Amino acid sequence: MIMRVAISFVSAALALTALAAPPAIAADTPNPAADATAFQKFFTNKFPKLKPEDFVNGPYSMNEDLHRQWEEKEQFPPYEFALETGKEMFATPFKNGKTYGDCFPDKGIGIRQNYPYFDDKEGKVITLELALNRCREANGEPPFSYVKDEMASLTAYMAFTSRGKPFDIKIPDDPRALEAYQKGKEYFYTRRGQLNFSCATCHVQAPGERIRAEILAPALGILNAMPIYRSEWSGMGTISRRFTTCNSQIRGVPLSPQDEEYRDLEYYLSYVSNGLPISGPGARP
Amino acid sequence: MASTIRVRATSNGDITEVQALVQHPMDSGFVKDAKGEIIPPHFIQQLTFEYDGKAVFVADWGAAVSKDPYVKFSFKGGKKGDDLKIGWVDNKGATDTTTAKIQ
Repeated sequence: MIMRVAISFVSAALALTALAAPPAIAADTPNPAADATAFQKFFTNKFPKLKPEDFVNGPYSMNEDLHRQWEEKEQFPPYEFALETGKEMFATPFKNGKTYGDCFPDKGIGIRQNYPYFDDKEGKVITLELALNRCREANGEPPFSYVKDEMASLTAYMAFTSRGKPFDIKIPDDPRALEAYQKGKEYFYTRRGQLNFSCATCHVQAPGERIRAEILAPALGILNAMPIYRSEWSGMGTISRRFTTCNSQIRGVPLSPQDEEYRDLEYYLSYVSNGLPISGPGARP
Repeated sequence: MASTIRVRATSNGDITEVQALVQHPMDSGFVKDAKGEIIPPHFIQQLTFEYDGKAVFVADWGAAVSKDPYVKFSFKGGKKGDDLKIGWVDNKGATDTTTAKIQ
């Protein structure tokens, strides 16, 4: 790997000297805006019939039969219970009288599209799930599990109040933010696990194709629908749950939820879906 | 806690279409928890929909029905604005009932 990087670096350097191109477009300089355009173009070319906002509905946009089933299901969505619980939890004050709304801009309503963001004081990526648990701890409450139940209910409600708003992830002019983005991108494209899959193997190379009985969702817009009710889980799951189970399904060892690498991954994956509307909470087979 | 039953009943004048979602663990009694101990069976045994004092749909359920079950059916009759009564009983004797207006 190091060898290969070294070689490509040398050849890039050679190409640079040969063409005397400006260093801004050198292969090694991250260029998130160009990445996002290329990423979205890849998917719109692969599925020319789909509108950009269709991608947030994952597999339902890839298969007619599933789409019909989904339309029926959406009349009576399985995430309704979680949504209601989330709404109640969100409005219930902590023991000290404060609420979740006090921890967030705009009282936490309609802000899902701005998460994750880069916190310049801390120099790290802050996801919504992390912010929620920090809010709890700051108010003297024990944190929730990141993967399901309460956390999924809360994020379901917050996503619901933001439905239709386009993802608006910003990468500030800060080398640390760019580094986080780049690390997330690397995580996304790095193969791992006994099956030697990267995130991209399934969600870039093969969306719309079957993996056993399931239809793979495209990486574009995959986070817009989070959290999701998965029939397979018979329950709700958060982004953390999606990342960790993906890792175990490829027979890798998952990191702990909200590990820095996962946060960077979420940052990258959300950024390249910028402009696509929030559709969460979602339901998936 | 809000009701465990969500119902939507719509009439087109002739036929009433009913959809319902019930929140229930529906444990089969064959699954073990993280400690390796069996999760005791806990499932809905009977689900009833009553219209005008008459049962229009009765389901006798067992362990094989999945968690948070969803039901959809339709019956002849049923006027807009009338009440539809829904109730369930599980194997531990717990019950819940709710009334929905036909729309």
